[in-house]
Amino acid sequence: MPKLLPAEVSEQIRSLLESMIDPVSIIYFTDHKCSSCLETGQLLEDIAGLNNKISLVVKDFAKDIDAVKQYDIRRIPGFVILDHEQKDRGVRFSGIPAGHEINSFLSALLEMSGVDSELNADILARIKKIAKPIDIKVFVTLSCPHCPGAVQTAHRLAMQNPFIRSEMIEAQTFQEMSRVYKVSGVPKIVINDKYELLGDQPPESFLDLIDKIA
Amino acid sequence: MFHFTVETKKPSPVDEAVYDFIALGGGPAGLNGALYAKRKGLRTAVLAYDLGGQLKNTSSVDNYLGFDNIDAGQLIDRFVSHLGSLDVPLITSVRVAAIEKQGDLFHLRLDSGRVIKTKTLLAALGGSPRKLDVPGEERLGGKGVSYCATCDAPFFKDKHVVVAGGGNSAVESAMDLAKWASHVTIIHRSKFRADQTLLDKLDKIANIDVRLETQILEILGSDHVEAVMIKDKRTETVSSFPADGIFIEIGTIPNTALFIELAHLNESKEIIVDGFQQTSLEGLYAAGDITAQPYRQIIIAAAEGAKAALSASNYLNKKGL
Ligand SMILES: Cc1cc2nc3c(=O)[nH]c(=O)nc-3n(C[C@H](O)[C@H](O)[C@H](O)COP(=O)(O)OP(=O)(O)OC[C@H]3O[C@@H](n4cnc5c(N)ncnc54)[C@H](O)[C@@H]3O)c2cc1C
Repeated sequence: MPKLLPAEVSEQIRSLLESMIDPVSIIYFTDHKCSSCLETGQLLEDIAGLNNKISLVVKDFAKDIDAVKQYDIRRIPGFVILDHEQKDRGVRFSGIPAGHEINSFLSALLEMSGVDSELNADILARIKKIAKPIDIKVFVTLSCPHCPGAVQTAHRLAMQNPFIRSEMIEAQTFQEMSRVYKVSGVPKIVINDKYELLGDQPPESFLDLIDKIA
Repeated sequence: MFHFTVETKKPSPVDEAVYDFIALGGGPAGLNGALYAKRKGLRTAVLAYDLGGQLKNTSSVDNYLGFDNIDAGQLIDRFVSHLGSLDVPLITSVRVAAIEKQGDLFHLRLDSGRVIKTKTLLAALGGSPRKLDVPGEERLGGKGVSYCATCDAPFFKDKHVVVAGGGNSAVESAMDLAKWASHVTIIHRSKFRADQTLLDKLDKIANIDVRLETQILEILGSDHVEAVMIKDKRTETVSSFPADGIFIEIGTIPNTALFIELAHLNESKEIIVDGFQQTSLEGLYAAGDITAQPYRQIIIAAAEGAKAALSASNYLNKKGL
């Protein structure tokens, strides 16, 4: 497949990724034929080609059962970003992060590599205190300018606490799931499959809701 | 097939120095203010949650001089690269949590805890979507009630949606939605305020119809929008109008929460400015949709930003700051 990123955009991204500190790995799950799998794979290849601190490993969702289990991959196309110690910090993307969503992907790469996320000390302390499993799903569309902010916040929470897992879900790729979760406005944030937030909420709003969960 | 809108900026180094001019807000007002301030030789930065502001909520712009029908994302890119060519630092993805004036300096506290100091400040935080303020609106938020057509249009494929409002943004949203929805009805309580050129375009789209002089009284539905209760103001008849969703495009409310203690606001909570964009507080200027001016347009916001920067430059010269 030809490159997905236009030359000009590639250059922009290459220059941004120069700020990366440590290496990161992307583990991408596909069956090479699912809806938007080819494009997602190509995008990841394009991005990994822009900076040698990014390595890309492609796994077959049907065959690489151990990896699917290890990373608890529930749908494809989907990927996990690991830090320089190959540690899973709970950051997931399901569906292609194109359109506006390229921004949540780029900031996840930068922050996973050690670039400071500038969360304030109080917020950081509140995140660290969480000691129960928290699963955050952020539903997005690619034409939504407010969505990357919500995904970025959710991913930041995950990176700071091993109890938290956060997943961007591209609503049009996962239409059936969006229907089940009654998504008709984005960004829609669903915590532990039950608690909902709407919009690009600040970290405080995520934490206030998480605190309420028994 | 896929396009990519890269907005992420390189992390900005912490700058302990005092700025001459900070443009607070990354919409047309803040960006143009920063451009003018930088050209005057002021030590300048833009401080904003995002770049582009409300321009991000629309697909194309047809009334900015020099560009007929430009993609809104492209217009933002042009603004941002113009600033880039002058090396104006863009401190983005930050929210300002508090502003204080101590002596001649403004202290801006970011949500990260970082404090940035400046001698003059341009308030250009724009506006957030205005609510209809009717029963059902809050409860059905994200369940068929939306304030962003570009974000949520895909969920209304082959459905019937209502757009509330009668200005340019309502008409533009209706046209964006008509590409997905089976049918779009624009409902507005009085006459159209939108530009004639837009209305001419609207006329040609088969799956949009219009109900003027019609007030929305309530949004109905159990766990999703099912109808809106409307009143025809000419006949005074009230009826239920079935719809799968409603997009509310009735203008904005100014983002002035941070300025309530600092500057004089009018009854609509807009910042009052004089002909120099000066507010009631020395060194504080305001421009664009946050101010008490009646026309919410990109070119007006940009022009006010320019005026504010020139006034700030004069003020700094006069005061010898
Ligand atoms: C759907 C739609 C279509 C439109 N179409 C047109 C059109 O075709 N032509 C036209 O001329 N006008 C159009 N407009 C109006 C135009 O977009 C606005 O008049 C213009 O964007 C106002 O610019 P501004 O800089 O004052 O504020 P905004 O564009 O609202 O920008 C505000 C900025 O402040 C930032 N901000 C807010 N709060 C904080 C905080 N606490 N901390 C940090 N940053 C913050 C935001 O991130 C943003 O960068 C449209 C508006 C809408 C909603």
